[in-house]
Amino acid sequence: MTLSRMPEPDQAVLDRSSAIIKDLEALIGVDGVISEEEGRRAFEADALTAYRQAPMVVVLPRSTEDVSKVLKYCHRNGLKVVPRGAGTSLCGGALPMADSIVIGMSRMNRVLDADFVNRTITVESGITNLAITDAVSAEGFFYAPDPSSQLACTVGGNLAMNSGGAHCLKYGVTTNNVLGVKMVLIDGEIVDVGGAYPDAEGYDFLALIVGSEGQFGIVTEATLRILPRAESARPVMLGFSSCEAAGQCVAAIIGSGIIPVAIEYMDRPAIAVCEAYAKAGYPLDVEALLIVEVEGYEEETTRLLRDIVDIARSFDPKVVEASTSPEHSARIWKGRKAAFGAMGRISDYYCMDGTIPLGRLPEVLSRIAQICAEHRLKVANVFHAGDGNLHPLILYNANDADEARRAELAGAEILRLCVSVGGCLTGEHGVGIEKRDLMDVQYTPSDLAVQMRIKSVFDPNWQLNPGKVFPLSALEASRASAAADQAA
Amino acid sequence: MQTNFTPEQLQNPRVAEADAILRRCVHCGLCTATCPTYVLLGDERDSPRGRIYLIKDMLEDNAPASPEVQHHLDRCLSCLSCMTTCPSGVDYMHLIDLARGYVEQTAPRPFKERFVRQLLARVLPYPERFRLAVRLAPLGRPWLNMLRRFGLKQLAAMIELAPPVLPPSPKFEGPGTAATEDERRARVIMLAGCAQQVLRPGINDSTIRLLARRGVDVTVSAGSGCCGALTYHLGDEASAVAFAKRNVDAWSKELEKGPVDAIISNASGCGTMLKDYGHLLKREPEYAARAARIASLARDVSEFLGEYELGAPKRWSSLRIAYHPACSLQHGQRIKEQPRELLSKAGYSVVDIPESHICCGSAGTYNIMQPEIAGELRDRKAKNIKRVKPDLVAAGNIGCITQLTGQVDVPVVHTVELLDWAYGGPVPRGLEGLARFVSNVPEPKQRRAEDFIHA
Repeated sequence: MTLSRMPEPDQAVLDRSSAIIKDLEALIGVDGVISEEEGRRAFEADALTAYRQAPMVVVLPRSTEDVSKVLKYCHRNGLKVVPRGAGTSLCGGALPMADSIVIGMSRMNRVLDADFVNRTITVESGITNLAITDAVSAEGFFYAPDPSSQLACTVGGNLAMNSGGAHCLKYGVTTNNVLGVKMVLIDGEIVDVGGAYPDAEGYDFLALIVGSEGQFGIVTEATLRILPRAESARPVMLGFSSCEAAGQCVAAIIGSGIIPVAIEYMDRPAIAVCEAYAKAGYPLDVEALLIVEVEGYEEETTRLLRDIVDIARSFDPKVVEASTSPEHSARIWKGRKAAFGAMGRISDYYCMDGTIPLGRLPEVLSRIAQICAEHRLKVANVFHAGDGNLHPLILYNANDADEARRAELAGAEILRLCVSVGGCLTGEHGVGIEKRDLMDVQYTPSDLAVQMRIKSVFDPNWQLNPGKVFPLSALEASRASAAADQAA
Repeated sequence: MQTNFTPEQLQNPRVAEADAILRRCVHCGLCTATCPTYVLLGDERDSPRGRIYLIKDMLEDNAPASPEVQHHLDRCLSCLSCMTTCPSGVDYMHLIDLARGYVEQTAPRPFKERFVRQLLARVLPYPERFRLAVRLAPLGRPWLNMLRRFGLKQLAAMIELAPPVLPPSPKFEGPGTAATEDERRARVIMLAGCAQQVLRPGINDSTIRLLARRGVDVTVSAGSGCCGALTYHLGDEASAVAFAKRNVDAWSKELEKGPVDAIISNASGCGTMLKDYGHLLKREPEYAARAARIASLARDVSEFLGEYELGAPKRWSSLRIAYHPACSLQHGQRIKEQPRELLSKAGYSVVDIPESHICCGSAGTYNIMQPEIAGELRDRKAKNIKRVKPDLVAAGNIGCITQLTGQVDVPVVHTVELLDWAYGGPVPRGLEGLARFVSNVPEPKQRRAEDFIHA
C-alpha cells in the first residue's frame, strides 16, 4: 500500500548520520539513542503497517529538557523530527521519514499532580490514556476520552490527533477535556499554553495545538480535566434485522433529547468476530447491533434505559438485552473495545475513520458495502453511531500486493463518499499519511493554504512531522507561490 | 502484518509456524501497555510488539541473531502478559520459544554466560544436586561484591536467592502412591517437580494431604522429573525435549495401569509446560499422540480442586491474604479466579494486589540471568503488596514465592499450603507466628431426632 508518496530523503543528512547520532548521544546519553538497524526497524510503522519506513535514529528522552535539547539541535541542523507516543496511530501519524529523528515519548509517563478539588490532573505526555484513569479511580474520578486503544495509546498522541472514543458522545473529545499543555517548540523553547483553569487569557492557542498532528511542537506535559465517576452505568444491547432500522433508532434516541454516554454500532461480520473474542453474548443473527450506554444515579440509569428501550421498540428490534451486572457490562465493552484487534484474528484490515451526518447512515452503509464489493473485498463496520463517526474495516491480505492496493482504493472511495454526503475525512484518528492526499477532496486550495500558513508560524522550515496532513502537491504549490512572491 | 518469507524458507516447518503467528499480529500495540519490561524501560524493542518485529526481521533475513536482538529477546520474561492482552490471539509464547532456539543456534555467548547457563541447566532440574548447591551457597555470600565487580552478577544473584536454611525433606517423596483413606473418587498423577521439592517440600505434602482427604489417590511416577521448562526457556530445546520424553514415558506407564483423572502440577511454571507437551513433541512421531494426551490431562492443582467440593473448613481465621497470581497461572494457563475462590471458601479474606497482571521478576531463571530488571520488578511488586497491608501472601508458583520471600515483611506461601491448613493440615512452615489467629471450627454436635422434640 503506497498510494501516498513520501518526500525524498535528504542525502546530505543521511551522509552525516553517524555524526548526528554521536551528537544526540552526547546530548541525552547513549541509553536514550537507538541507532542500530534492527532497533530502528522496530519503529518503522505504527498501527497502520501498510506504510513502513525506518527512521535515521530514534531518541527516547526522559524529560522536557531532553526534548528541548534535541529539538534545538534539530532546528540548528535542519533535521526532520517525527514525534511518537505508543505507535498506535491508525493513519500513520508516527510514520518516520528515512532522514528523520523519531522522538519517542514512552519514557515520560509519570503523573505529576492530581488535584481533586479543582478536578485536574497533570501528567507527562507519554503516559497511557488508561493510566490516567487508573491514577484517579481510587478517588472516584476518571478521564473521559476513551479511544479503543486507551490501554496503550499515550495522551500525547491523543492530543496530536484530538482523539475521541466511545464515550465522547456525552463528554466530548480530547480538546474538550484538556486545560493546558507544556510544549517544546521547534527551536527548543519551552512554552506553557493554558493551565489548570477553565479559560486562558488571550487567544485560545490550546484549541489550535490540539489536533495539530505533531506539526506545531512536542507536548511534554498536559493538564487534563477529570470527572467524578457516575454512581452507575449500564449498557443495553439492541439488535436489528436491518441497518436502516438501527440507523433510525440512533437518530430517534438522540432526537428525543437523551444523551447516552455512548451509542456503538456493529454489523453482522463485526459481531461475529467480536463475539468469538470476548464471549460477550452478542446476538449473532442480527444485521446490526447497537450498544447504548447510559449513566447517572441508579434510578436515572434505570429510567433512561427504559426510555431508550421504549424508543427502540418502534423500530422492531430483534434483541433487547440490558446488562445485568458489572461483569456483564465489562464483557459487552470488552468485545467492542477490542474489535479492531479481534479483527486481526481473521484478516489484515484497513480501518477508515470518516464522519457523516447521522441521517445519511443507512444510505452510506449500503454504498460502503457496494464499494467494497466492487473491489472484491469484505468489510466489517464497527463505529461510534452516536456522533456519526464511521470505522469501516476493509479486510484484505497484506501479503497480496494487488489486494492491498484495492483496499486502499476502496478506502479512498469511502472517504470521498463521506465528504460528499456532508461529512468529513476523519473523526478521531487524524489525517496522517493515510488521508493526506484526500485533503483536497474536503478543502479548497485556499482552505489548505490558510492551514499551511498557520503551520509555518510554528514551524517555518517544516521540520516537524513532515510529509503528513497536506498533499505534497499543495505543499509544492505553496512553496512555488512563496518563491514567486519573493522574486516579485 | 505483512511478512516476506520466500517459498523455500516456508518449507521449513518452524519458519512456516512463525509466519502463521506473525501474520496474526496487526501491530496495534495494546501488548506494550501490559509488558513489564516496556513499562519499566519504555523502549519499543523491549515490548512484545518490538520483539515480534525483531524476530520477524531475524527470521526473514535468515542471518545469525545479532547481539542487539539477542539482548532484547533475553530481556523478555516470557510472562505471557501480552497474550492475555492481545485481542488478535497472537501466539507469542511459541514465537519467542522458537526465536530463543534460533538465537542459541546462531549467536555465540560469552564464556561467563555460557557457564552460568550450563550451571543452571545441570543443577536446578536435579533435586540432589540442587540441594547440595543450596547448602554450598552460604560459602559464596562473603564474596558477593567481588563477584559483581568481576562481572559475575548472575552468579551473585544465584547465591543471594538461595535460602539460608533448607527445610527438611518432604514426608512423601515418591515414587509410589499416597492412597486416600476415604472412599476413592479419583486417581491423579502428581508432578513432583525439581527445585520446588528442595526449597519448599511442604507444598507437595500439602497437595497430597489435601487431595487424599477428599478421596483422591496421588501417584508420583518412577522416572518422572523436571518438566523441561527451565532449559527450554534458556533456548535449549533438545534438553527440554529429553525431559519431556522421560515424563511422557513414565506417565504413559501409569496410564496403562488404570484410568487417571488428571496430571496435577502445583508449580504453575511447570504446569504451563506440561500443557504444552503436545506442541513440544509434535514433531516426534513416537511421542506426539501420547504427549498430546498427557497435555490434555494436565491441570494446575487449583484448577483440579476447583471442580471438587472441599466442604466446610476445619479451621477458621481472619487472616488477610494478598493473592499474587503467578504469570504462568494467570497468563500462561489463564487461571485467575479459582485460587482466589478456593481461598475464600476456605475462610480466608482475600485481597487483590494492584497491578496484579505485572510479573514479580522471578520468571524461571530470569531473576538470575537478568538481576537488575528482576530486582526492579520485585521491588515494584513488593511495594504494591505492601499497599494492601496483608497478613501473608499466597501464590501458586515456587518461583514467585522464592522471589518475594523476605521482600514484603510478611510470609509468602503456596495456596495449597493454606488450603491444607484450613482443612485440617499442620501449620505451614513460616506461619507459626500467625497460628494464634487461627482457631478450630467447633464440630457440630450429633443430634438425634428426639433432641428436636421439646416435650
